[in-house]
Amino acid sequence: MEDKVIEVNFGPQHPSTHGVLRIKVKLDGEIIVDAQPVIGYLHRNAEKLAEMGGYPKGMIYIDRLDYVAALNMELGYVLAVESLMDVQVPERAQWIRMMMVELNREASHLIWLGTHGLDMGMLTPFFYCFRERERILRIFDEITGSRLLYNYFAIGGVYSDITPKAMDMIREWTEDFIPKLEEIQSILGKSYIYVSRTKGVGVLTREDVLSYGVTGPMQRASGINRDVRKDSPYLYYDKINFDVPTRTEGDVYARFLVRIEEMRQSARIVRQILDKLPAGDHYNKKYSKPMLVRLKATGEAYVPTESPKGEFGIHLIGDGSSIPYRVRIRSPSFANLSSIPTMLKGYKIADLTAAVSSIDPVFGEVDR
Amino acid sequence: MSDSILVTSLEEALKWGTGKSLWPFTFGLACCAIEMMSAMGSDYDWARFGSDIFRDSPRHSDLMIVSGTVTKKMAPRIRRLYDQMAFPKFVISMGACASAGGPYVRGYSVVDGVDQVVPVDVYVYGCPPRPEALIQALKMLQDRIVSGRVRH
Repeated sequence: MEDKVIEVNFGPQHPSTHGVLRIKVKLDGEIIVDAQPVIGYLHRNAEKLAEMGGYPKGMIYIDRLDYVAALNMELGYVLAVESLMDVQVPERAQWIRMMMVELNREASHLIWLGTHGLDMGMLTPFFYCFRERERILRIFDEITGSRLLYNYFAIGGVYSDITPKAMDMIREWTEDFIPKLEEIQSILGKSYIYVSRTKGVGVLTREDVLSYGVTGPMQRASGINRDVRKDSPYLYYDKINFDVPTRTEGDVYARFLVRIEEMRQSARIVRQILDKLPAGDHYNKKYSKPMLVRLKATGEAYVPTESPKGEFGIHLIGDGSSIPYRVRIRSPSFANLSSIPTMLKGYKIADLTAAVSSIDPVFGEVDR
Repeated sequence: MSDSILVTSLEEALKWGTGKSLWPFTFGLACCAIEMMSAMGSDYDWARFGSDIFRDSPRHSDLMIVSGTVTKKMAPRIRRLYDQMAFPKFVISMGACASAGGPYVRGYSVVDGVDQVVPVDVYVYGCPPRPEALIQALKMLQDRIVSGRVRH
């Protein structure tokens, strides 16, 4: 038998690609020699279409970028538009935004945890995670009237106030969630198979992370303590207590632990906001709906926010007309995905699904 | 005696069996795929309707749920996957994007409707449709198969 490198095509249709990722894998026996991601299977012109309508209309395309954490995407856009136009936002609206964003972070991490379990050959975490996620979605349904894509944040506030029923639902959820999370964590973390398949797999060193521009939980799992919420606080993140979990191993198991801890911290943030939520308006009366379509702006604004996947930034350029001249999206999944060749080289083909799913890519955001 | 004997033709029995054991194909494209996962998840549990096993290979499955925006780069792959499925095969077009391009219809890289690539049996509206809507589409497809109102 002569040594021969064979090329294997992974995706774009594969249950573990989390959408439509294709990876060209070169194999020497079982060892991955080279892996190149091929993207663009969900390229749907989000940036250009957002530049075609007015400022408020761009929201629907921003919503559909990272569709499992739509509110986090909306927040980035809304903050960018507000900083471009110097819009004042009532205090209550900012607190509501913060709470909704943290709830959506939980929903996003839960969907990651469920599908990650699925990729590792476990069906149980999927059902547990979706049970918990549905509870959060019911809260969103009560507040925004939608389950997945909300269009809830408006320029100058939020579209609807939080109802007393929704407050009760959130309070009930914060009380129940942590024991449920521990249950889910123990299914995976106490499984010998899971731990041995993830420890020491898909390692990214500190230098790799910095050179690829990897952000979010992946970065924090490689020993870099960086979180936009802590480093340059937006909304009122400086007024509440939360920790930024970090690990130094940089492997799939470290990312799992970081995300689990992040979910705990998000629940902690939500609990604090429930106590602090002030009374008042939920939107700036100056920016009522009929006026929104005529909003004009000049200048540039870049606002980074911490989405569940990493640093999400919107760069807006206004040329004085009512439609934005440029909407540039800095999507975290795209940068995280570029680390695939380094992350996979030298590992076995069976480690591929574990490593890819630990990135948590969402293709609406990667391909835009 | 008449309670315990069922007289039917082979064709009728086959239709009934096909309709009540549709195996969907794990094939997610975009946002709608998350709602498809919700439909198979804990709360909605669409295994109740007989289509419980999501198959990972097109050759094992009867039902393709096109859940998301179909781009020009993805369209040939969808056709290829559809061709790999064995007869009888059915397609549900889930959501506005798969049905008619949805909000992305003005984009240069988006196919305005998956029915230009594969024949569609049931369209579901919504952006994204709620899991209830997808389950209704499944029930509609099942009724059609059992009563023989489908192409194959």
